[in-house]
Amino acid sequence: MLELIRQLGRTGISQFEKLGRANLFMLKTLAGFPGMLRRPGLLVAQLWSVGVLSLLIIVVSGLFVGMVLGLQGYNTLVDFGAEESLGVAVALSIVRELGPVVTALLFAGRAGSALAAEIGLMKATEQLSGMEMMAVNPIHRVIAPRFLAGFISMPLLAAIFSAVGVYGGYFVGVGLLGVDDGAYWSQMQAKVDLYDDILNGVIKSLVFGWVVTWIAVFEGYDTIPTSEGVSRATTRTVVYSAFAVLGLDFVLTALMFGE
Amino acid sequence: MTDTPNGKDNDTLVRIRDLHFSRGARKIFDGVDLDIPRGGITAIMGPSGTGKTTLLRLIGGQLDPDRGSVQVDGLEVQKLSSKDLYELRKRMGMLFQSGALLTDLTVYDNVAFPLREHTDLPESMIRDLVLMKLQAVGLRGARDLMPSELSGGMARRIALARAIALDPMMIMYDEPFTGQDPISMGALVQLIRLINDALGLTSIIVSHDVKETAAISDYIYVISNGKVVGHGTPAALDSTDSDWVRQFMHGLPDGPVPFHYPAPDYAEDLLNQAP
Repeated sequence: MLELIRQLGRTGISQFEKLGRANLFMLKTLAGFPGMLRRPGLLVAQLWSVGVLSLLIIVVSGLFVGMVLGLQGYNTLVDFGAEESLGVAVALSIVRELGPVVTALLFAGRAGSALAAEIGLMKATEQLSGMEMMAVNPIHRVIAPRFLAGFISMPLLAAIFSAVGVYGGYFVGVGLLGVDDGAYWSQMQAKVDLYDDILNGVIKSLVFGWVVTWIAVFEGYDTIPTSEGVSRATTRTVVYSAFAVLGLDFVLTALMFGE
Repeated sequence: MTDTPNGKDNDTLVRIRDLHFSRGARKIFDGVDLDIPRGGITAIMGPSGTGKTTLLRLIGGQLDPDRGSVQVDGLEVQKLSSKDLYELRKRMGMLFQSGALLTDLTVYDNVAFPLREHTDLPESMIRDLVLMKLQAVGLRGARDLMPSELSGGMARRIALARAIALDPMMIMYDEPFTGQDPISMGALVQLIRLINDALGLTSIIVSHDVKETAAISDYIYVISNGKVVGHGTPAALDSTDSDWVRQFMHGLPDGPVPFHYPAPDYAEDLLNQAP
């Protein structure tokens, strides 16, 4: 019993210690931003590998999520004769919730895990140490551009996801199930608010982008430099990101739409 | 060795005094004193796991000792601000055991990396410098290869070219001979001596390959159990009267370092049924 309490205490302390390390790490990363202005090439390369290469999975997923929403929404709404509101239902669920959340989850799986594995392997093969000994700060050279690229890419990917999703709902609802074309768009236009819905969705995706990329680059940097360590860091990136995104989504939703 | 008034010793580049360092409960260094003279090749030898690599990291300021001091070129490494530490590191080269080449860059870009990071030289001049460094290690023809296409020995030579790119005052070699075939071993041994003398560097080699290291070193420190157990020129260590150093230098299987890991009595152990 005593051993159990001791174990609990040890775990607690090490978790808090890790949280502290993660925060210091974030501060050091932010300190690396000014240096990047002189080297925009580093950021562009990361925007490509973090953002552009994630496009395919985001577009395909967005399309299917929108199509499913169109189908399910239609089946429910048609009972009340309200299938004209399908556009609003699809747009609101995607813009407010599914766009940011699903994009963040996919982003953690596609880009976050890749970032953690890449940085972890750089650490395991002493590349980060090597940079340090060449008087190049690896946090500025390696971490900062990756973090900023993730933070920039995530809201853009979420916006693309939402746009494609709305079209997915349109294809199924209007194209297959015969909802009125004009009603789909005009109801959406009337009911979706720029600030309350779209802006709040964008804020969510900014927060998720920050948190997911932070978790990914920190887990990579904090890896135990062995192959097992890298694999654990990758797994933890995806698991922690999922928890963080879903938990934060609830908090943010409560704050934004709670009243 | 003469001390100048400002405390800077002109003959000694690295001076380590009363160094204590531990990892968790394990003591790695327990009062180590070392002097690395300028201009020569100094070897630090000892069995695996005696913290030889840790020593290089302490000199490079990547780790902080529990107690004691590490001075490089008169500067107290652990007391430097991170800006000054990075300035100092520009004058240090380090060759990691794995080479630590950046895997997403070609050989050429790897050697150019420190030049591009720290200088504003035009690309044409960087090209000349890179080709000169690559020529020095005999791999000018390999400039377009990726690190994954290099053999272990080539990777280390490229890393050496990168380490001398900024013309440092010293180079630290971490186990440069481990896992090399005889030919690339011979090439590396010769290169280390040649580059040290041609560029007027100070070299520190950490290794447990006694024969190769002794062949090119001017001075050797032998470390074991956190302490310096012997030091001297290769010739002096060869004819040492310390049992321990003799066992290490000649690779004798049994001696002060026993062949058997501590274990209960053999016969008793065999008769004992419990797993």
